[in-house]
Amino acid sequence: MAGQEQQQPQSRESEIEDDAPATPPAAGDAQASAATQGVDDLLDEIDGVLESNAEEFVRAFVQKGGQ
Amino acid sequence: MRVMGSETEYGIHAPSAPGANATMMSARVIQAYAQLTRQRAAGGAETRWDYTDEEPLHDARGWTLERNQADPSQLTDQPPVLDAEAVALAYGREELEQDGEDESGSLLMNMVLGNGARLYVDHAHPEYSSPEVTNPRDAVAWDAAGDVVALSAVRRMAADPQLPPVNLYKNNTDNKSVSYGSHENYLMPRAVPFGDIVRGLTPFFITRQIMCGAGRVGLGQDSSRPGYQISQRADFFEAEVGLETTIRRPIINTRDEPHATADKYRRLHVIIGDANLSQAANYLKFGTTAIVLSLIEAGLAPRVEVHEPVAALQAVSHDTSLTATLRLLDGRRVTALDLQWIYHEAAAKLAQDTGVGDAVDGDGHTHALLDRWAATLTDLDSNRTAAASSVEWLAKLSLLEGYRQRDGLEWNDARLGLVDLQWADVRPEKGLYHRMLARGRMERIVDDETIARAMTEPPSDTRAFFRGHCVSSFSKDVVGASWDSVIFDVPGHGRLQRVPTREPLRGTEALTGGLFARHKDAGSFLAELLGQTPPPPPA
Repeated sequence: MAGQEQQQPQSRESEIEDDAPATPPAAGDAQASAATQGVDDLLDEIDGVLESNAEEFVRAFVQKGGQ
Repeated sequence: MRVMGSETEYGIHAPSAPGANATMMSARVIQAYAQLTRQRAAGGAETRWDYTDEEPLHDARGWTLERNQADPSQLTDQPPVLDAEAVALAYGREELEQDGEDESGSLLMNMVLGNGARLYVDHAHPEYSSPEVTNPRDAVAWDAAGDVVALSAVRRMAADPQLPPVNLYKNNTDNKSVSYGSHENYLMPRAVPFGDIVRGLTPFFITRQIMCGAGRVGLGQDSSRPGYQISQRADFFEAEVGLETTIRRPIINTRDEPHATADKYRRLHVIIGDANLSQAANYLKFGTTAIVLSLIEAGLAPRVEVHEPVAALQAVSHDTSLTATLRLLDGRRVTALDLQWIYHEAAAKLAQDTGVGDAVDGDGHTHALLDRWAATLTDLDSNRTAAASSVEWLAKLSLLEGYRQRDGLEWNDARLGLVDLQWADVRPEKGLYHRMLARGRMERIVDDETIARAMTEPPSDTRAFFRGHCVSSFSKDVVGASWDSVIFDVPGHGRLQRVPTREPLRGTEALTGGLFARHKDAGSFLAELLGQTPPPPPA
């Protein structure tokens, strides 16, 4: 089984691991990458919430004057 | 701390009916909420507005604008009139006859709610005016309650297959050269000279946006220049002092309509603020302004004067780095942060001298407010990530920068415009502020339970308590109400009885709670209130 796994083509994930620096990242980097991950998750969620056809939606939002 | 209140005009949009008349759509919003309150309270927790004491043309500088010289949008003392064509256009005639009219036969454009607020059509927008409160925490709660009122109306309309779905947005511009307001009101003694208010407030108003701006994609009234700025409203201001609110907007508005005993009070009408979804930003907006008014009343406002205030207001809004300097008339150059610190220092000293800022023996609000003010200024200077959980323009900017980095978007990309617009959608599943709140990325000042309660209950410590409870307890006998009156039409009385409420700090739960508890009937309630029957002896 183990041998089989080794023969499988490299997944995209393991490629990224191979490219990672050999030295462990500093704590600050880890925090920064956690924050980036948080923003990525947030953007993924918001992608699903945004109205479709941004250009048309924004153009159609026309208001009359107010105070 | 001080009697205050908010007004929010919501942006209104029916994506599937782009040509719909905005005034009619706004009337439908009011109508939808009226249907909900009729379900909630037997007899209907809704009442017509009484226009008797509206004085939109009185100027605080001591004169009254002639009606024929006023812009039509300034005549807010008359009920709006809908012509038959506009009505027929938006409602089918049949529909109008069924539920588009209230009992007296005219279209309902104006309600007084059981929480003491006013919900009405202002020009072409639905507007919620909060009940009077006495501190910034309550201002946040009863302002947010308006967003839930707006949401309830949106839901009601969405459930009606006869109506196109309508979205409401708590923002201040369509980014196509039109702006609509979010106003604040503060009660002040009339004895304070208006010139002191102008001098004391102008530098503060030019710079408070760094804490309470809501952020805007686009520069210039029509957003013709790409970019991001701190304030929704700044580019729409063109004058330093004036009576107008819809044209030539001034930094200091002089409308002198006290809605209270006129020789004793003035109501300062503030039109320069952004509508805030961020609770912390809203809290600071009301709290710091109230405290600066105390400085002005004490004659202790910082002696600073900004060169060319309107240009400075816009320069501050356009400088998201917060490093630009403003020229003061005495020659100094200061940043917006410097100016806010100057005000904070003066306010902290006054609070200490008078004792209101004491953590234990103070007024219960000033201490926390001064702390948050200082913490926000510190974070704005040195820890923007921390500030982004409370400062609305930074929270919105973090989202926009995320998109710019991930997708390589330029500032004029329509998707960034959509993020800006949808930030303010009142629906929790669609509004991006609400998505950030749900993820714990935005700080809370009040919890959802408090906001839900504020949607139906009035504050206990102002005349709003009396107004709200009259509306919810005696709605079938209350024919009208306004900030400073409640009008009863009680069976058996030949004429209407108007109860003036010209003292904002009377009509509280402490003064009238027992009266409401003792009377389930408007006739006996009024008889005791007006002294025709004696109150019961103390227990």
